[in-house]
Amino acid sequence: MPKEVGLDEMCILVDEGAQLVEVLPPREYEEEHLPGAINIPLKTLDRRSTARLGKDRPVVVYCWDYL
Amino acid sequence: MSPRAAWQLEAMGFSDVYDFVDGKVEWMGHGLPLEGKGPHFAVAGEVADRDAVLACRLGDQLSDVARHLDTVPHDYCVVLNGDDIVLGRMRRKNIQGSAGTAVEEIMEPGPTTVRPSEPAEGLLERMRKRNVPAVIVTTSKGRLMGAATQEALERLLHRASKSTSS
Repeated sequence: MPKEVGLDEMCILVDEGAQLVEVLPPREYEEEHLPGAINIPLKTLDRRSTARLGKDRPVVVYCWDYL
Repeated sequence: MSPRAAWQLEAMGFSDVYDFVDGKVEWMGHGLPLEGKGPHFAVAGEVADRDAVLACRLGDQLSDVARHLDTVPHDYCVVLNGDDIVLGRMRRKNIQGSAGTAVEEIMEPGPTTVRPSEPAEGLLERMRKRNVPAVIVTTSKGRLMGAATQEALERLLHRASKSTSS
């Protein structure tokens, strides 16, 4: 089951080198994104688009907010 | 979107998946660094200044708060618990009672606050309309971050507009 994290835990994950994935549309990603995050829009999230991610490393997904 | 993405990754065999539920806007609201071409989406948390708001604690006495308010330009004081959670507000004009009265006995409970992710542009517009010089900014859990003044929001929006045009 995916683990929900808040900002404090997120900062730790970032410091530890977790893979960051922004799932918003490309335009929003291009405007601003978390440092080091890659963009895989939710509509394109499949085995091909996630092939570059390490399956055994922590991966964090995020979008705009909690809504 | 992110919860579905997290579950989708698990379904594809990823074993260590996290969902940053509060999202990019929460990151922004705490002034953390970002990358990208812009424009920058300005939010209240970027200008939340802890020094721009006077605070006291539950159990503090009225006389102490009144004395502090006399030394600063602020016309109110927020009341915090031991975890810095905003529980109330005391306005200078409403400070009445004996010197030994505890602040929680006369404070206004649950003052209006904004989240750090509050869009700066809309917030400034509302503050101008209502002639509110500053708003209290708290985390999603109610912990005091500071106050965002009209002046600070104006400077932030000016910088953000310059980053768009540059």
